Amino acid sequence: MMAELQARVLYPGAAEGPVLWLDEPLSFWGGFDPATGIIVDNNHPQSGVCITDTILVLPATRGSGGTPGGVAEAIRLGTGPKAIIMATADANVMIGAAVAEKLYGLTCPVLEISQSAFTSLQHAENMSLTPDGQMSF
Amino acid sequence: MTESLQLNQDCAAMLRGDQGPALQFAMQLVERAAGVMGARELVPVGFAHIDACFYSGRAHVDFARFMLEAGARFEIPAWTNNGLVSLANERIRDPKTEMARGAKELMQLYAELGCRTVWTCAPYQLPGGPGFGDHIVVGESNAVSFYNAAVGARTNKYGDYLDVACGLTGYAPLCGLHTDEGRRAQVLFDTSAVPDGLKRQDIYFHLLGTVMGQHAGKQVPAIDALDPEVGDDALKAISAAAAAAGGVEHWHGIGRTPEAPDRDTAFAGLDPTRTIAVTLDTLAAARHSLTSASDGTIEMVALGTPHFSFTEFAELVPLLQGRRINPATKLYISTSRHVRDLAAQNGWADALEKAGAEIIVDTCTYFSPAVRGCTGRVMTNAAKWAWYAPGMLGVEVCFGSLRECAESAVKGEVWRDQALWRGLA
Repeated sequence: MMAELQARVLYPGAAEGPVLWLDEPLSFWGGFDPATGIIVDNNHPQSGVCITDTILVLPATRGSGGTPGGVAEAIRLGTGPKAIIMATADANVMIGAAVAEKLYGLTCPVLEISQSAFTSLQHAENMSLTPDGQMSF
Repeated sequence: MTESLQLNQDCAAMLRGDQGPALQFAMQLVERAAGVMGARELVPVGFAHIDACFYSGRAHVDFARFMLEAGARFEIPAWTNNGLVSLANERIRDPKTEMARGAKELMQLYAELGCRTVWTCAPYQLPGGPGFGDHIVVGESNAVSFYNAAVGARTNKYGDYLDVACGLTGYAPLCGLHTDEGRRAQVLFDTSAVPDGLKRQDIYFHLLGTVMGQHAGKQVPAIDALDPEVGDDALKAISAAAAAAGGVEHWHGIGRTPEAPDRDTAFAGLDPTRTIAVTLDTLAAARHSLTSASDGTIEMVALGTPHFSFTEFAELVPLLQGRRINPATKLYISTSRHVRDLAAQNGWADALEKAGAEIIVDTCTYFSPAVRGCTGRVMTNAAKWAWYAPGMLGVEVCFGSLRECAESAVKGEVWRDQALWRGLA
């Protein structure tokens, strides 16, 4: 049986794919390699995991002014996720997605969800989402 | 989400595309960011320090080229942060790599977009910058912290591309540190247990900033008392260390910084939500977090993170003039062209180079190819360098005072001023 949740749309788009749920915040600049799509932060519990083509669900990002560049570069290279869903809104991730769509025509929606919705997605396997932020999983 | 954002005619015209596709896209980014950040209106900004000129991949170059070809030019003063490479120091350039080529191309694009190419992470050391109460746009973390705290200008920390979008449109989301409410001190750092002698040492400000970064969280910290005579180099050290160790974007030094003539003003009449006692123990813990190596022979000394100031040159020159740095040790000083030229006019650059030091401009030592080959033990007087270098460069770091760094460079091994560290072991 499918469940549904409504997210706040930070950057719109439709996507569908396997869910990758991260235990801890991720830095898209320094903690992640856009060339490979792999989490390289040795302190991250999912270090070594590839985020490419996933619906990436994470609690937050670790702050860095380099975040938009890391996100845009991954989308450009095709190593990025299909969508990014965060429990804490981050303008930097949205900016990276917006710039990538403008420059390369590649869409990676960015959504914000509540902490309880984040927790409820821990064991979700697949998800589809609509441009208005409706998540089915 | 942006329904509630109020746009004036100027902004609405940009959003419609009346001023061309570059400003239209830039305003779209500013408007979307305002929505995410919860701002209800935009505020005009009069100065930008651009961080997106620091190469991190092809997307950076494509973004700048798109803006340039779509007709964008900065109309407010927009000064550049460090580049990934130096355009001035031929020897430390590495034109063979795609990264170095991309970095140089990116720096050229920002020059064509109308930036003033100062290539410095310490733009506040140059004349003609923003002043108290000015709304500005800054991305470099130490400069965000310094401009807010030491100058009293108002900026949030702007990530790459949004810094450019705000700079090109001349508007930023009105929220956070652009507002009085966002700037109020919240957590008090009580330094009354720290001996007065230590409070006069340069290491104190690096350690105190590190402690603030480690304990402030997302709150605005205030130091209970900062000597009114404390200079800009100390404020730079606190700003950079607090930003590196914990992401502090604004802080108050009561009695010294412009929004904190007294405790009541800094806290806007409210009580601190927390008080953190700064003791010899907490400072010693900060010292240990900045030191990954035991003392011993050193391969390199790195000074100037953030960029070395004119007054720091004035302190360093008497320590090294007429002496010779150990041939097995490199001493690099990172600074801006502006400050290097002032140092050269005084004969200081010459004196330091005769001693064996190398002055690097336009970039940071931890990004320059010359330094990237270093694998051994490095000594630095900069908490920010000590915080990042072990992860970024894989080197071992010893943190010390400027005098310890200079003496160690001459000896080729870590030299300690034992009296300085009494109680901080």
